[in-house]
Amino acid sequence: MSLDLLLQYLVAGLTYGSIYAVVGIGFNIIYNATGIINFAQGEFVMLGGMLAVSFQRVVPLPLAIAGAVAATAGVGALVEVTFIRWLWKPSVLRMIVITIGVSILLREGALLLWGESVRSLPYFTGDEVSSIAVGGVRFSPQVLWVLGTTGLIVAFLSVFFGHTMLGWEMRACASNRDAAALCGIPTRNLVTLSFVLSAAIGALAGCVVSPITYTSYAVGAGLAIKGFTVAILGGLGNSMGAVAAGLVLGVLESLSVWVLPTAYKDTVSLTILLAILFMRPSGLFGSREASRLKEF
Amino acid sequence: MSAFRMLAAVAGLAVASSAAAAGPIKVGAILAVTGPASFLGAPEARTLEMLVQEVNARGGVMGHPIDLVVKDTGASSEKAISFARQLIEEDKVFAIIGPSTSGETMAIKGLAEEGKTLLLSLAAAEVIVNPVASHVFKVAPKDSFAAEMIFRQMKKMGISRIGFLSSNTGFGKAGKEQVERLAPEHGIQIALNEVYDKAATDLTAEVTKLKAANVQAILNWSIEPAQSIVIKNARQVGLTVPIFQSHGFANVQYAKAAGAAAEGVIFPASRIVVADQLAPSHPQKAVVDAYRKAYEARFKEDVSTFGGHAWDAFMILVKAIEQVGPDRAKVRAVVENMKGFVGTAGVFSFSAADHNGLDIDAFELLTVKNGRFVPLGQ
Repeated sequence: MSLDLLLQYLVAGLTYGSIYAVVGIGFNIIYNATGIINFAQGEFVMLGGMLAVSFQRVVPLPLAIAGAVAATAGVGALVEVTFIRWLWKPSVLRMIVITIGVSILLREGALLLWGESVRSLPYFTGDEVSSIAVGGVRFSPQVLWVLGTTGLIVAFLSVFFGHTMLGWEMRACASNRDAAALCGIPTRNLVTLSFVLSAAIGALAGCVVSPITYTSYAVGAGLAIKGFTVAILGGLGNSMGAVAAGLVLGVLESLSVWVLPTAYKDTVSLTILLAILFMRPSGLFGSREASRLKEF
Repeated sequence: MSAFRMLAAVAGLAVASSAAAAGPIKVGAILAVTGPASFLGAPEARTLEMLVQEVNARGGVMGHPIDLVVKDTGASSEKAISFARQLIEEDKVFAIIGPSTSGETMAIKGLAEEGKTLLLSLAAAEVIVNPVASHVFKVAPKDSFAAEMIFRQMKKMGISRIGFLSSNTGFGKAGKEQVERLAPEHGIQIALNEVYDKAATDLTAEVTKLKAANVQAILNWSIEPAQSIVIKNARQVGLTVPIFQSHGFANVQYAKAAGAAAEGVIFPASRIVVADQLAPSHPQKAVVDAYRKAYEARFKEDVSTFGGHAWDAFMILVKAIEQVGPDRAKVRAVVENMKGFVGTAGVFSFSAADHNGLDIDAFELLTVKNGRFVPLGQ
């Protein structure tokens, strides 16, 4: 295999991997605030794409995306307030059942609202056939949008959690909710905020990737599995771990095409998920010590 | 779609209570209304909905209203099997229209045959009617004809070395067999033969492989949105060779989804998708025009060959019942001997050995020009 070809696979893998990473981060934000896995995370990505396609018919693209992100964030808040907020110390199993239920609700709602057909946003720059050549590697300009957006999301989150009061409060809430509450931190509102935040970044990811992969009411479940794999692989709760794991998974999937029949691409990620769950449940970058203290 | 299902159920109830004189004829439809094959199943379901209303509004078939039960499989063979069991064993339907896809049809071919229930499949694979099962018919043109037409065109264009992609569905697998069987006969070498998952959303890695293999053309065989993604990705990695698609491409939505990348794609399809461009003297002109106008006026979307398959299956069934009444054995025999039925896919002439009834002329090679389907060579 030539170097150009290898690089071409890498670009495809990184594009995909960065979307997995964003979904994985979404899982982590909510996990950190509540200790639960939100299985409706993929549906936030779907909603972002679908809403933007609808809004884009009446307003320009940037506004449509902003509107879709805001509306999905609203849905995230609504989900939390309706289904999660009033529960007092729910069991892990109950939370899982609730979030799976929410994901089915959102998916079927989208089917009723938009029907079954596949949609996509226009390419942000150029069109379906434009491509950028770097050396012997060619790719769509949209790839740069995807990678750039992922980079921005990661940068924003690290500033938010590292350097703002609200971010510190969320981290306090994540490490010990009772202690945080005793310090006067409004933990319940922060849980709502975690849903808003992860819905918003999921929606943004759904918008930038839509021209490449299309979107339909059913894309959420597949993305959720990939994102979950990435979150576990990177160590649950570790957002930077999720970014690294996402890129690794994307590149592995892409390179697998080189040796395995293409139809086995998804098998690669599921095999990794199972292997990690069996052999190193704390993830590649998570600490065993910390994971022993976690409920789930 | 569920609103439609409710409507159908309500209509069914109303019919069941009022029509004691001439009881309703229950017809099952197993369609992939949602899921990866929804570009097939959704227009099929809409077409049936429209036709059933039309027929019932004019008093049904020989006084019997049609009671249509639509089951949405989401393109899953497992669901197709359980729906087929339910329709045949519990609902005891008179006939089944569908499934939309080849994989699902093959999954229930045996059930229909055992249950002696007429099955009018809307799927393409030749294996559905070869070997012939007495109760199983299909109205979509055969994949072997499609492959044949594509190879003839490739020869004309001087192409001898191609890259072949197909999806891991019944349609993809059956097409792959035909392509692999027919390619050597036409002196075409398949330099690279790749199968991808039906839910694939990015095929850059696959087309990269094709680029490295230095092929003169790409042939893709699938019915999922992946076929739009293939052509986009191919152009994005800088592959400029001609792209051929199977007859699974014949919903203009696929071309729209691929935008500028779809320009110049060549594929075989039945004439319904270019109905407006047919000569007035063409034997199918009246039929395809009427269906297209009714469908497009009602559902505000472009007509596709797939909806046309549902039209053909339903009208063949209605015509057969009109001849001999609602008698299962007689209707089956009438369908098997039906000659010269003008449908949307072509002119059907069935026989005991041919349960498809179409010949290669049912196809015409089309291409995409300015986002529209036009006959190749115009």
